[in-house]
Amino acid sequence: MTHTLLVLSLMIANRSSAVAADRILIGEVGSLTGAEATFGDSTRKGIDLAITDINAKGGVKGKKLEVKVYDDQGKPEEAATAMTRLIAQDKVTLVLGEVASSRSLAMAPIAERNKIPMITPSSTNPRVTKDGKKVRDFVFRVCFIDPFQGTVMAKFTRKNLKLSKVAILRDVGNDYSMGLADYFTAKFKELGGTIVADESYKAGDQDFKAQLTSLKGKKPEAVFIPGYYTDVALIARQARELNMKQPLLGGDGWESAKLYEIGGSALDNSYFSNHYSTDDPNPKIQNFVKRYKNTYGEVPDSMSALAYDAAMIAAEAMTKAKDLSGEAIRQILASTKGFKGVTGIINIDQDHNAVKPAVVLRIQDKKPHYVTTISP
Amino acid sequence: MSEFLQHLVNGISLGTIYALIALGYTMVYGVLKLINFAHGDVYMVGAFGGFYLAHLLGVNDSPSLPKTLVVFVGSMLICGTLGFLIERLAYRPLRYRPRLTALITAIGISFLLEFGFQLPRWSFMPFDFPPGPTPRFFPELFPRTIWFNIGEVSISNYDALALGVAILFMVGLEFIIYRTKFGVAMRAVSFDPNIAGLMGIPVDRIISGTFILGSVLASVAALLVSISRPRIDPIMGLMPGLKAFVAAVFGGIGNVPGAMVGGLILGLSEEFVAGYMLSSFRDAIAFAILILVLLFRPEGLFGRITTEKV
Repeated sequence: MTHTLLVLSLMIANRSSAVAADRILIGEVGSLTGAEATFGDSTRKGIDLAITDINAKGGVKGKKLEVKVYDDQGKPEEAATAMTRLIAQDKVTLVLGEVASSRSLAMAPIAERNKIPMITPSSTNPRVTKDGKKVRDFVFRVCFIDPFQGTVMAKFTRKNLKLSKVAILRDVGNDYSMGLADYFTAKFKELGGTIVADESYKAGDQDFKAQLTSLKGKKPEAVFIPGYYTDVALIARQARELNMKQPLLGGDGWESAKLYEIGGSALDNSYFSNHYSTDDPNPKIQNFVKRYKNTYGEVPDSMSALAYDAAMIAAEAMTKAKDLSGEAIRQILASTKGFKGVTGIINIDQDHNAVKPAVVLRIQDKKPHYVTTISP
Repeated sequence: MSEFLQHLVNGISLGTIYALIALGYTMVYGVLKLINFAHGDVYMVGAFGGFYLAHLLGVNDSPSLPKTLVVFVGSMLICGTLGFLIERLAYRPLRYRPRLTALITAIGISFLLEFGFQLPRWSFMPFDFPPGPTPRFFPELFPRTIWFNIGEVSISNYDALALGVAILFMVGLEFIIYRTKFGVAMRAVSFDPNIAGLMGIPVDRIISGTFILGSVLASVAALLVSISRPRIDPIMGLMPGLKAFVAAVFGGIGNVPGAMVGGLILGLSEEFVAGYMLSSFRDAIAFAILILVLLFRPEGLFGRITTEKV
């Protein structure tokens, strides 16, 4: 039986390598449309830039890299379908994506089952790479995780802003938001702060005034809203309409130019944690920002930067691996140490997470400004 | 106290929106005994109609009152036409078929609009249509200003406009239904379409008119929402549509004042549940109300019990 399977898998391997003799196909799943469309779009652009760079230097193992991308419209079920399609139909070597944790969580078990390495550029929920106590062998990420991100914001609020009363408004249907809110709460309480209220909303809601009014009554000094940018922008507007002047706090889900388009000046004087800052003078970052601007005419957000790093790490792993099998690539990925990415030095730990510092940005005049860096 | 007042203001502004949408459900049910599930999507089209018109007029660069009026009237025309077409093309051919057929068609139209609007842009369209699933930012038609404060509660021109326009349209509707020939005919058709037809009432035209009226109200509701909560997307009509349906049933489906009261009560109860109890139960409450009403008063608050004569 094992023997037959082996022969069969060899035949399949042969067939796919025959199809792709001069190129290596990698897959990408992203929210190119939908409520988080800028996440997918920025990721797409970051990966494209990386692939151009890699191919300009001769590609991987003498072959050009090519990306097959599917849109999931921001829906977990579509992400799962796209993942299956990439693996079964397009026979990709490796998959990059998704940004949102709930979508990556839908894709991770499929990667695992088919032994195809998957690198998520920016999903921060711990369960993406770790299923219960077991680390998913084939799933990696190049960003930090929510326990760290939540801790960073709690530390920052308590120590830098010196606030002690914070209210939380979380998105109940979102793994990312729930995780971040929980880790923030734990750390903030540990540091001697109090959570005066913990309310929830559902992504796509239009009206948040009920929750905000009741939060306002509890007189918090800041409101932590670990959601995605479209909802956050509306929440911020409605909070200001209710005369709430507190700073709002958030995570990397705020990272989008759309946040300022919808929210306008309502977000001024708010803070969010992020993966990197374009204000950083580091030449690696400035060089990336410059080239990205030249190519796309816009400033790269952190989703683009992480996508660039994810594609670069994937290319490096494929180059170093003894062959292009999932298992070989996976082993190299798991041992990544000291990779110099745009978003910092990336070391993959035993849980397949990248260990690196986070930055905190302050929004002023509809633009994010660098405040501080907080290390793990 | 000020928190209670603020909840009250929020609840009323939410409730008037539900009421405006609920009127469309209730009127169509009144004349056709059909639950028009595409109504929430007509509401969505109203928001997008306003969005495109606002961009066409360049509202972003120079907001003004005349432009706002054009956006409102234009969007009402678009929705009125859509309501007319939906009835003419989808429901009229099925009018004498079993009622379930029309109901399923209504769900079909609803899906057609929701997912049709999620398609990528057609290359031959001169503007960005269909809009695709990405939410759009509804431009500011005029700047928001605070009119007056009661304690810590501030009332803006947005709140006042929403309430004023909603009341204006409800009063207008009452006038149409009870003081005009069209209204008399509508009530007659609602009472018995066959007899009304025999009496020389143009039943088809009255039914078309009812759809147009209901769709216009939906577009007004959509614009009032989009002005203060400026994010619109193709499935934005789903929840308000369902909730307005609940409001219509709650007030007694087919009953016009019932739909208004139902909408207000639903808006207020949702607001107070989310504000004072658990915010995650907000939507659950709306549907719990529906179940309770159907259990204890199947005809709704203002509905009449119709006894079947055998």
